Amino acid sequence: MTPSRTLRLDRLLDLLMPVLATVVALLIGAVMLVLMDADPIRAYQALYEGAFGTKNAVADTLIKATPLLLVGIGICISFRGGVINIGGEGQMIVGGLAATALALSMPDARAEVLIPACLVASFAAGAVWGGIAGVLKAYFNVNEILSTVMLNQVATYWMIYLMNNTLIDPDQLTAASRIPETDRLPRQSDLPRIGGWLDSIYDWLGLGGADAARWTPTLLHIGTIIAVVFAVLVYVFLWRTTLGYRIRAVGKNPRASRYAGIRVKRYTVLSLLLSGGFAGLAGGIQVLGVRHRMSAEGGAIAFTGNAGFNGIVAALFGKLHPLGTIPASVLFGALLVGGNKLQRTVQVPSALITVLISLVIVFVVSSDLWSRQRARRRVAVAAAEPAASPGGSAAIEMDQAK
Amino acid sequence: MKTMVTGSGSNLLPTGHARIESMEMRGIVKRFPGVLAVDHVDFDVHAGEVHALLGENGAGKSTLMKVLYGLYQPNEGEILINGQHATIKSPADAIAQGIGMVHQHFMLVPSLTVAENVALGLRSSREPLLDLDIVAQRIVELAKTYGLQVDPLAPVWQLAVGEQQRVEIIKALYRGAALLILDEPTAVLTPQEVDDLFGTLHQMVRDGHALIFISHKLHEVLAISDRVTVLRDGRKVGEIPTREATKESLARMMVGREVVFRYERSAVQVGPPLLKIENLWARSDRNTDALRGVNLEIRAGEILGLAGVSGNGQRELAEALFGLRPATQGRVLIAGEDVTGKDPATLNRLGISYIPEERMIDGVITDFTVAENLILQTHGDRPFSSSIFLRPGQIARRCTQLIENFNIRTPSQETLIKSLSGGNIQKLVLARELSRNPRVLIAAQPTRGVDIGATEYIHQRLLDQRAKGTATLLISEDLDEIMALADRIAVIYEGEIVGVVDRGEATVEQLGLMMAGVHAGQA
Repeated sequence: MTPSRTLRLDRLLDLLMPVLATVVALLIGAVMLVLMDADPIRAYQALYEGAFGTKNAVADTLIKATPLLLVGIGICISFRGGVINIGGEGQMIVGGLAATALALSMPDARAEVLIPACLVASFAAGAVWGGIAGVLKAYFNVNEILSTVMLNQVATYWMIYLMNNTLIDPDQLTAASRIPETDRLPRQSDLPRIGGWLDSIYDWLGLGGADAARWTPTLLHIGTIIAVVFAVLVYVFLWRTTLGYRIRAVGKNPRASRYAGIRVKRYTVLSLLLSGGFAGLAGGIQVLGVRHRMSAEGGAIAFTGNAGFNGIVAALFGKLHPLGTIPASVLFGALLVGGNKLQRTVQVPSALITVLISLVIVFVVSSDLWSRQRARRRVAVAAAEPAASPGGSAAIEMDQAK
Repeated sequence: MKTMVTGSGSNLLPTGHARIESMEMRGIVKRFPGVLAVDHVDFDVHAGEVHALLGENGAGKSTLMKVLYGLYQPNEGEILINGQHATIKSPADAIAQGIGMVHQHFMLVPSLTVAENVALGLRSSREPLLDLDIVAQRIVELAKTYGLQVDPLAPVWQLAVGEQQRVEIIKALYRGAALLILDEPTAVLTPQEVDDLFGTLHQMVRDGHALIFISHKLHEVLAISDRVTVLRDGRKVGEIPTREATKESLARMMVGREVVFRYERSAVQVGPPLLKIENLWARSDRNTDALRGVNLEIRAGEILGLAGVSGNGQRELAEALFGLRPATQGRVLIAGEDVTGKDPATLNRLGISYIPEERMIDGVITDFTVAENLILQTHGDRPFSSSIFLRPGQIARRCTQLIENFNIRTPSQETLIKSLSGGNIQKLVLARELSRNPRVLIAAQPTRGVDIGATEYIHQRLLDQRAKGTATLLISEDLDEIMALADRIAVIYEGEIVGVVDRGEATVEQLGLMMAGVHAGQA
């Protein structure tokens, strides 16, 4: 086998690794299902159908995947910049609060003004939340893991306070139940649904089917498209712009970056700022696209759906690459949505879904370690001096030139 | 050193471990995709001798030794220890067989103490509690036996490079190494530390250890070894007893041509002073005064060599000049402009280039590609960036040019730096720094750990830069290098300049005395 072909196979294997790991995790899950007297084939069928079986299911999966993707691309930026942002939850909450407050304060604004303004506000709020941790890290040497986790708590309690006082729905004040939530946001702030557009595309392609299988009734909103567009933009940002180059340089080697004249502290702050911004945007989109109000009922998780943490996993699954994070988010969205159906169909405890997701994470992370080891071996190979054999290096060169 | 002690007395080493009377590698082949790194090489070593393994970077020395240490599995060939076939699948197997290795890049945990580093991974004699006091005591014993001065309670990050190496050797001995592989052990040492190391190695050989000494420094190989094996392009070129070898014959075998450090020096008209250092004081990491009133002046078209034993303030001087360490007193002037306390970005713009001593940490980003590393300072400037976006086409064009001009051997521009050899990485740093056509160049240990071919090339480039009117501060512990390149030689001792002598007037003896702190007038 020629060296270039071996190299190419190696890379293909690396790309397929998360998929293989997922399959192995599901196989182990199957064993657990059998042990619980459930039929694994039926269970996975239910999982699949719950996630992708109908257009409505697909829409649900994508709606769940959207905040994961937005948080995930933010995580790509911060991890590439060498800072670990565990504050996605808090950043989502402040983003949601900002969008809510703005929408409530502008009940008469037109949609074209209100929606962009709310999204910008949610991004800005998340950026401030992340930026605080960034400034603490860069200028006061405060560990960003601690500060972001603590800021999660601050955001949660701030939300609870606002929901019970300043922002509470006036009707709830007089009601006996007194649910801590805001009024419904003005209708103009609802993110446009995209089901209708999808159907016209389907019709135009001649794929339009029966009424039951149309996109229009689904809740799929434009936030999903916004998230995908931002994933592409973040990819371009990280690898094609000067700022992105500096963020990556600082993340990989702050000392060499400092020698090269890059102002390291600024880029540490910028990574957390942007990372928080995207989590904030995820919060804003949750409010405008799904919930249409903010509520402290059920705690922070009811609002974030844990996306602030699961987004980290999606980003790692996507190898900290914004584009890789897209399918990773869909996968986790599918597990979350399909898991519900699985649970209903084969009557297993809901904890099993958590176990399944955790298994996937464990296997993907370990497969990533394995890939890295293989990569190290490849590097060791190359370290045996390309100059030692001109023929060999030419082969590698050809391969890399594609 | 030529005393063969095989067969004399007991079969045990002073450490209480069994000796390795003989180790033989037969017909070792190690292939990597696209590269035949080691091609049917035989190599052996016996108790009580130093067998040197000589070759340029990439000749296959390290690969061969990594096979012996279990880091690589050979494609062909076998290893015999004391005549018995040995299977070495991992470093753990190697250690169990009595083989130890001191790597070029130390494998120590900086935040732990010497004793903790030595104990790391070993069973404690009183589990579950640690037995660090016993370990420390044993370290002191080993240190005494082999002349390896080291404080077992000192944290490793505080130690100089030479001391860290002693810790590595102690670590290997502690684990019962009867055969010790030393991978370029002198690359990071000062002349004094090299002497100390050689003293230790002599002692080990007398005690019946077998030593493999990997190097590309000819005079060291001649000084320490009993036999020399030369590798070139993965093949064994020859094996001779050291007493029959000369510097010239070894160099010829190694590179296939004659090498001399004699360069054409164009007569350069020195210009106005470009770098002026006035009464510069700075503190070390340990908060002592590392620089104590340094005064130097370098003119355009001049190379000032800064000689000195390592740890006398060289690193602090370079960092203070490049804005990486605050000056507590004094001034630095570039072409008359006061730049004291300016940051690296500003200094870059003013035309200072810096080749840092720790090139893998400070000079390059190992996880970045060749192209990305070549634009480390200039990525924000035209034509590589349109202020917002990088311009891959322009970057690629410049990189192609630099790779060609500076003869950087890399499979492609997209190759990660960590897969290049040390010499090529240094050429890349040189390419990046010189291509900005600096007014002032600070070159710290520019050829440390670099093979002869690349060293010659780097020297030539520094001289070319001199001809272009750059003022160069060459910080080096290699006196040959300084004597070959510098127009004037300053010697630093304990943070002060002992004296400055002109190239023609300097002798090695005089410089040696100055490096020991004796002033030029007294010498």
